[in-house]
Amino acid sequence: MLDTRTPLVEMNDISISFGGIRAVDHASIDLYPGEVVGLLGHNGAGKSTLIKILSGAYKRDTGSIRIDGQDATINNPRDAKSYGIETIYQQLAVADNVDAAANLFLGREITTPIGTLDDAAMESKAREVMGRLNPNFRRFKEPVKALSGGQRQSVAIARAILFNARILIMDEPTAALGPQETAQVGDLIKQLKADGIGIFLISHDIHDVFDLADRVVVMKNGQVVGSARTSDVSKDEVLGMIILGKVPPGATPGPGAIAG
Amino acid sequence: MAEQQAIPTNIHPSRFIQNPLQRLLVATELDTRLLGMIGALAIIWVGFNIFSGGLFLTPRNLWNLSVQTASVAVMVTGMVLVIVTRNIDLSVGSILGLVGMVMGVMQTDILPNQLGLGLGHPLIWALSLAAGLIVGVGIGGLQGTIIAYLRVPAFIVTLGGYLVWRGAAWWVTMGRTVAPMDPTFQLMGGGPSGSVGAFWSWVVALVACAAILVGLYWGRRQRRRFSFPLRPLWAEATLGAIGCALTIGAVLVANAYPWPRRIAENYAAANNLTVPETGLFISHGIAIPVLIALGVGVVMTFIATRTRFGRYVFAMGGNPEAAELAGINTRWVTVKIFMLMGALCAIAAAISTARLNAATNALGTLDELYVIAAAVIGGTSLAGGVGSIAGALLGALVMQSLQSGMVLMGMDSPLQSIVVGAVLVFAVWLDTLYRRNKN
Repeated sequence: MLDTRTPLVEMNDISISFGGIRAVDHASIDLYPGEVVGLLGHNGAGKSTLIKILSGAYKRDTGSIRIDGQDATINNPRDAKSYGIETIYQQLAVADNVDAAANLFLGREITTPIGTLDDAAMESKAREVMGRLNPNFRRFKEPVKALSGGQRQSVAIARAILFNARILIMDEPTAALGPQETAQVGDLIKQLKADGIGIFLISHDIHDVFDLADRVVVMKNGQVVGSARTSDVSKDEVLGMIILGKVPPGATPGPGAIAG
Repeated sequence: MAEQQAIPTNIHPSRFIQNPLQRLLVATELDTRLLGMIGALAIIWVGFNIFSGGLFLTPRNLWNLSVQTASVAVMVTGMVLVIVTRNIDLSVGSILGLVGMVMGVMQTDILPNQLGLGLGHPLIWALSLAAGLIVGVGIGGLQGTIIAYLRVPAFIVTLGGYLVWRGAAWWVTMGRTVAPMDPTFQLMGGGPSGSVGAFWSWVVALVACAAILVGLYWGRRQRRRFSFPLRPLWAEATLGAIGCALTIGAVLVANAYPWPRRIAENYAAANNLTVPETGLFISHGIAIPVLIALGVGVVMTFIATRTRFGRYVFAMGGNPEAAELAGINTRWVTVKIFMLMGALCAIAAAISTARLNAATNALGTLDELYVIAAAVIGGTSLAGGVGSIAGALLGALVMQSLQSGMVLMGMDSPLQSIVVGAVLVFAVWLDTLYRRNKN
């Protein structure tokens, strides 16, 4: 059904080793516009490593990355950003002591013609973006540490989409959030999806992502066990993929699937 | 619907507060912590004035206080940035000592004798200061590089620097004191000739008042441009009036302190003036070191709040990893901070040597502790990410007021140390309470 379109991201046959240990072993994964792909697996399954290759934090040993069907060169986070790939790290992405606008523009500040910070312009733009994401957000003048977990997360997300991200990587986006805030982030993801942004959701907890994702890809020991549309499989079946590497009938097996 | 959403963000929050005092605070958007410090300073001043029998709040003492504060005030503006990024600089006093010696030797020996400019050449002060700045920035750059790129903790690097640069200061002349300084260079130290006089003090006041008013107007215009809530007009007027009144008051005090009788008479004799029977009244006006410190304060505030560099400094202090992931070259920013600190030490060294009219290798001893204490009293958090230049300058003034007040009261110097130490701990405890309540 989606196969007729060009994937936003294709990572083919990616491998990377750290000191003899194959963290990612011939993994392939793809993402379409407006799609949410949940990347699942145990801690140490290689999902974060695989995704960090896409965000430019690690350099792959073998394999290719194609963005919009074109070969892409990604050697550092700045390269990734130039392809519209933005990453949201849990808790790491915001500077607590400065306000939302300063965080949104950190490293990419708007300056006046004489090179000074144009705070008013940044705050104005921040109000615009935050208004779209989280219309209840009012606390622009306060340091980010005064905000709730969900509000901070929306600042981190706004930061990612402010610069026209087309591919969003969210590493454990709801791990530290309460139920209400988790729901808020869920709404946000649905909104971004409607805007045509492709999203990778990474989690070791299936409950976090199953309801939000269109598709799940399960990794184990650095290999892709298989992928499935969330409509074709049950949570228990996906759990079986994560724990045992057993691929149910509704899923497409990958190189890491156990035979039989 | 859209209108309902738009209105609340456009109305200034002070509109909803009944309590007049609170309303004044919110409407003027003044920092309550800074106001608290000004209050503490006022209590210290009035207290010392009472206990010293009216000696403290005299133009003479306040003028001296301002000059005595200048050197630490210059350095504390840099220390704020150092501490905000979760570093510390224990070497500033030693750097001051070494740079002071270098500048002393430059103007007494190297420039006039070895380079043949001759004593009293008009360029000597500038070349000496430039040499001092180069040495200061170089030392700061070296320490910053070791901290940022070799990953040695700042505490250790600057503790080493504390010993190294003090030793190096001795080495410059094998411990000999260098004196006297170049006459133009001496102006940076204050004194009757190192002050700008009544007329120029008024010019400074005029410029400062104009800057305050233009700043208020500009801020209002920016807010209107992006339809942010505006401060009520009466609050803006209050702010302008307070700012201008403080400026004019300070200049009145500085102008009320006359030159000593003997110096004024000599001056009159040299310029063929007749001395009236009541004595010749020549105002000191604002001292040049104080102007330098104020200028440094303004420039550093600008750097800290209006430039990318300043923004990165605070972001790094709040969350180093986030700053790194945002693409900020955090190591280079760290090096730049320490280079800036070195430059400020050089300026402070110029003020200190000029004021003493000599460079000694003990100059600046214990200054690192006064500078750090002033920054911390001024609200800079050792946990990083929090601090302001204005607060730190006030902190320096508080420290100096305590010391100078205790001297006026004739307190023994060991007791002075005990009081200063106790006040430092007390001030930080109060600050902790304040921050806890605020959250």
